[in-house]
Amino acid sequence: MLSRVAERTYWLARYLERAENTARLISVYSALLLDLPKSTQIGWDVVLQSSGCGPAYAATQQNGSGADILSYLLHDDSNAGSLLNSLQFARENVRTTRDIVPNEGWRAINELVMYGREYLPKATHRRQRAQVMAHLLEKLQSITGLLDGTMSHGQPYQFIMLGRNLERADMTTRMIDVAAAVLMANRPELQLYQNTLWMTVLRSLGAYQMYRQYVRRRVRGPDVINFLLLDADFPHAVAHCLSEVTGALKKLPDSGEIVAGVLSTRAELHLIDPQALDAAGIHQMSDDLQLQIGGLHEQIIAQWLRLESPA
Amino acid sequence: MTTDWSTYESGSAYDELIGASGAARDAGARLARYLQKLGNTKLQRRQEAAERAIAEMGITFTVYTDGQNIDRAWPFDVIPRVLPAAEWDRTAAGLRQRLRALNCFIADIYGERNFIRSGRMPESVVATSGNFLPACVGARPPHDVWANICGSDLIRGDDGVLYVLEDNLRVPSGVSYMLENRAVMKQVFPEVFAEQTIRPVDDYPSELFDMLASLSPRPGDDPEVVVLTPGIYNSAYFEHAYLAQRMGAELVEGGDLVVSDDDCVYMRTVAGLKRVDVIYSRVNAEFLDPEALRPDSLLGVRGLIRAWRGGHVAIANSPGTGVADDKVVYAYVPEMIRFYLDEEPLLPNVPTYLCSEPDQLQYVLDHLPELVVKPANESGGYGMLVGPHATHAEHEKFRQLVKANPRNYIGQPVVQLSTVPTLVEGGFEARHVDLRPFILQGRDTYVTPGGLTRVALRRGSLVVNSSQGGGSKDTWVAED
Repeated sequence: MLSRVAERTYWLARYLERAENTARLISVYSALLLDLPKSTQIGWDVVLQSSGCGPAYAATQQNGSGADILSYLLHDDSNAGSLLNSLQFARENVRTTRDIVPNEGWRAINELVMYGREYLPKATHRRQRAQVMAHLLEKLQSITGLLDGTMSHGQPYQFIMLGRNLERADMTTRMIDVAAAVLMANRPELQLYQNTLWMTVLRSLGAYQMYRQYVRRRVRGPDVINFLLLDADFPHAVAHCLSEVTGALKKLPDSGEIVAGVLSTRAELHLIDPQALDAAGIHQMSDDLQLQIGGLHEQIIAQWLRLESPA
Repeated sequence: MTTDWSTYESGSAYDELIGASGAARDAGARLARYLQKLGNTKLQRRQEAAERAIAEMGITFTVYTDGQNIDRAWPFDVIPRVLPAAEWDRTAAGLRQRLRALNCFIADIYGERNFIRSGRMPESVVATSGNFLPACVGARPPHDVWANICGSDLIRGDDGVLYVLEDNLRVPSGVSYMLENRAVMKQVFPEVFAEQTIRPVDDYPSELFDMLASLSPRPGDDPEVVVLTPGIYNSAYFEHAYLAQRMGAELVEGGDLVVSDDDCVYMRTVAGLKRVDVIYSRVNAEFLDPEALRPDSLLGVRGLIRAWRGGHVAIANSPGTGVADDKVVYAYVPEMIRFYLDEEPLLPNVPTYLCSEPDQLQYVLDHLPELVVKPANESGGYGMLVGPHATHAEHEKFRQLVKANPRNYIGQPVVQLSTVPTLVEGGFEARHVDLRPFILQGRDTYVTPGGLTRVALRRGSLVVNSSQGGGSKDTWVAED
């Protein structure tokens, strides 16, 4: 498999996953904001931080109103992380790897981009938004299923697995971090809504129902963190993502060193004790994890995707 | 509302579906009846369905000057062009004959030059050809075939005869649209295909792969075939990706390939370097290798010509093939067929006046308002004069151009392209078409059943290029 093609399938998966995460995040917060009183001062800026677009948005010097942030997240051309751009970048990556991605996959992504171009600008209106996000989520998941069900699980597919799971792990740590940031503000009026906050974190990762089923306790911060970091079976839990990454790496040539690194990161997760962490500690912990995930990304690029050496 | 063919009017042009009497020709009779029964409203709806399918399937072509929006939907008309099977079989034989002769000619030009020595063509035609590559002299590609993929343009005159207008031997494109047009039509008109025997076109990618594999320098092994593309900004990128996908071949760019010390070509893969046997090149030959050809090329692979000359890799089409893709050389093809094959040409050329010959030059200059004047090396319909549609000032401009560089121009009578009914608001109108079949030659030869019918969507226009307002139609070779 060509390195250039491997790189594009890797990014294809990252953008698809990012689009799905963003769509879910927007959909969950749209519901949450209806529940919270204005005094909590939780608004779309929190979503902006969760999506990692905060600094870029600040640089645009837009007015920071909810509607403004929302269109920035949904469809702004200048926002590399906007939902529409994630879809468009995913499509570009398929366009340049059409020789290996199943044709139905290309068709589905192509249709989705056409849908996004038409409907994402309209999704700033609350009433349309839920419907548009639900449609996007459904289509994105069907693309994931389509790739899983019709593409041979050879090398190209392993790069899809790597991209998907690194993006997921990154998102999960970011969601924990955002909760920490809100708690660090330590405003008394928020105490009442701590549960709601952690429930929202779970929902944003599509984890609420599975948490209920497997943790069987009320929603508490440390339990949520435990579940999202350590659960071996939940697809968005960091430990699970790292296992998937390990599995994919093992099917690639010369992966021994990177596999060893991932295994040690995964083992270190168990040393984290959420009970003992305050908000600042949670923030520090998620920051460290994000750095390690970023490092893993760099290693993958260097090992397989950038072969500059002449023969 | 049903369709009434009696009001349909194709002027002096030959219409492919409706005969002079106003009745449908035999091969298209069922189609004409079907369209009549369906009626305009329903047909418009099918057209919309086809356009939707094209958008969803992502069938696009690329326009250079379009800024960021590099993808445009492929313009398509749902009314097919029908060719009778018996006529097509004769045409296909003529196309095979032509490509065999052209390949003998190219091998001869880079070899002994018997065609020139015997006085059949002046040496100067080759010496002044922009597409002659000295780096290729003496090379011997597999099976002595240089042009492995040829897209010839056929036009039908008002006499009903199919003429060869030109032979595209460099990097002919359009075959993916031929395949996708059929896929769209099957989706939109399944019932028509069920009722009538129309020759399938789907096997082209596998024929192409087999042909390419037959060129491999390592017979016996599973050859590694790759499609070399200039990249996503090329107007035919869609097709490069499409063919790679359908053949199960890697789609590579110049930067993915490297020529090693052993003069073999390798591609950079996640598992290191992997040997490449056959390159289906969609990069213009002069850009293939900065070492042997254009030093400023960023698209090519350093040392590729060395690897190719050494027989370590096959390239289709062979570099240098373009020497026969020249409108002056074209005029000599009938003579080539007699010289190399000792056969009479099965397909006629359009009469051609060579401005390089003094008496023919004089004829062209005297008859500019009646002729089409074309530069010898351009493609895509650019830089030509259509005499009857041009102004006096344009005639004079071309008079100067031709006088300044006679070798670079040819003149041809205007051929009234045939027409096919085409859907317009409120009904059908006649629109001019051409036809580009694709011919393969490796160990064996193959011709697509039909080919790509391009249609000038503007009323009266003769320009069928998609970059200049052209569209396309499905092409049916209908069994009797």
